[in-house]
Amino acid sequence: MAEADPQAAPRVAPKPRASLWPGVAALVVATAYLITLLAVERQQLIMGLLALAIVAFVAASWLGLLAPVIRSFAQRERALGALAILAVLAVAGYFREDHFVLLLLVTVLLYTVACLGLNIQFGYAGVLNFAGASFFGIGAYTSAVLNAHTVVPHLVVLLVGGLLAALIGSLLLLPVLRTRGHYAALVTIAFALLLKTFLEVNDVLGGPQGLQVRGMQVLGWSFNDNISIGGIELSFYMSYLALSMLLLVGAFILVLRLERSWIGLNLDAMRLDETAASCFGLNPARWKITAFTLGNFLIGIAGALFGMVGGFVAPNNYTFADSLILVSILLLGGIGSPWGVAVATVIVVVVPEKLQTIQEYRFLLYALLVIVVLLFRPEGLLPRPVRRYFPGWRQ
Amino acid sequence: MTKTPLLQARGLTKRFGGVVALGDFNVDVHPGEILGLIGPNGSGKTTFFNVVTGIYGIDAGKIAFDGADITGASPQAVYHAGIARTFQRSRLSLPLSIFDNIMIGNHKRLDQGLWFNLMRRKAFRRQFDESYRASRALVEVFEPRLADKLFEPVGNLPMIDRRRIEICRALINEPKLLLLDEPSAGMTHDETSELMNDILQVRDKHNRLTIVLVEHEMGVIERITDRCVVLNFGRKIAEGRYREVAADRQVQEAYLGAAA
Repeated sequence: MAEADPQAAPRVAPKPRASLWPGVAALVVATAYLITLLAVERQQLIMGLLALAIVAFVAASWLGLLAPVIRSFAQRERALGALAILAVLAVAGYFREDHFVLLLLVTVLLYTVACLGLNIQFGYAGVLNFAGASFFGIGAYTSAVLNAHTVVPHLVVLLVGGLLAALIGSLLLLPVLRTRGHYAALVTIAFALLLKTFLEVNDVLGGPQGLQVRGMQVLGWSFNDNISIGGIELSFYMSYLALSMLLLVGAFILVLRLERSWIGLNLDAMRLDETAASCFGLNPARWKITAFTLGNFLIGIAGALFGMVGGFVAPNNYTFADSLILVSILLLGGIGSPWGVAVATVIVVVVPEKLQTIQEYRFLLYALLVIVVLLFRPEGLLPRPVRRYFPGWRQ
Repeated sequence: MTKTPLLQARGLTKRFGGVVALGDFNVDVHPGEILGLIGPNGSGKTTFFNVVTGIYGIDAGKIAFDGADITGASPQAVYHAGIARTFQRSRLSLPLSIFDNIMIGNHKRLDQGLWFNLMRRKAFRRQFDESYRASRALVEVFEPRLADKLFEPVGNLPMIDRRRIEICRALINEPKLLLLDEPSAGMTHDETSELMNDILQVRDKHNRLTIVLVEHEMGVIERITDRCVVLNFGRKIAEGRYREVAADRQVQEAYLGAAA
């Protein structure tokens, strides 16, 4: 012990670890706010609440209240992650009989999974995917077809949906792997338009009317039945919510581990300077296809489950415009920031559903939102921090 | 010299349209030497680096490194063969930390498997700790002050520190040949000489690493190179010790223009 390795000896006294409490406080406020927003029906009140949120965010940002929250999330990730799961369950528990709200929550969870997939592709590898909704749709159609015509267990169907999206995505990217710049973006735009047309003219897949999707059944237990435990009635969406939550936690851990690994470093290095990275042995083609495939796998699984949740798939649900919404979630939350993506998905999915008056104008709202964010907070609501390998680890 | 050269180029030619960036260029780099590559702007020095490291294709000629033919090899293959380089205009990834930038150069020593990186976090941790110690030790040679800032973004650092990090990135995996492209660019005279001392110090630890140096600062060339090759319009016009080369009439004309 006396002969301690001089390299390992700390040079500076380590700063105290960030406190848990700012993170906890932020989570409690966010949960209470979300419950209120979801419970309120009057349009004026909802607008007031939204205005309040914007003012509160700007004020907190000005007063420097956001920094301690971000620090505590960065360094106490496990505890706050577990609390965030509890927060979602608390919101779901509050609305346990409300089909509409629970469906909204499931949508948020599954869109977050899809956006985490996009985040691997665009945020880390720099491969722009403008066909996110198409790969989501591939997953959903996989559920529709397999659930109707085969006896494949439904959990395996989710996996197949993911694999199919990953496979089609990698075939799509192969021809442009050697190119630089935005060829991948162009190819995905073409694919998004093509897939929708293909689905519309294909009678086997239901044409423009789409297909019904049979609900999920695991070991004979149907997810589409309402649940009652000891006199408490729960909406059937509760089971979907639990499964979506599991999927999201898995995807979140995967993305965090990926970022904090040599692969995450490869993806960042490649995005920032492909030539320099190549001179140090990195093979850009390999990592582009890895990131694209992994991302589409997540998107496909989320889509497959979403198909079963909604019970219905149609070409119109998976258009180029929907892909743009997914990309705008990424821009809004902060490119490369998983927590930011989660927050942005809540905003983009929940706000238009609650503000019925703006339904018609929601694309206008997204456009405005993205422009405002790019102008005033170009790195997104929760900018990506400098890469770290272990949460809370200090030199 | 009877030793077999570490790097040997024969008849190397690279054209960009009608411009001959490198014409029938021959050079031998011997193990353990520091070779200066000098010449006016646009004479083909950086092109030579880009051709050797596989960034550009070759129109004619052959390159052999350490007994193997690397003509037309990819940048990845050249790196794996043991050649590392720096760039004239610093090409660090500015948003990434010092540690990350150095680890980019450590690519071949790091386990790149998907399973290893995602699932075997304990083993990953061991590799991380090992890499952390190695990069820290290397950075300390150049600037002990930087060793405590390993996880700060490179973009916050002044030019001289960025140069240091770029050289650390090239050295971390102990290459056999180091190509330095104008390390003094954008630095003061004192900073340059400090950097050169650091490079020589590291070189002594790396059992006489072979270096090819492109440089405009003739003081540096004179002080640290064993031999010089002078390029002009893509062709070699002189070769030898700095003093001999500097006295060469053709070289003087290339730099100062022909006497009327």
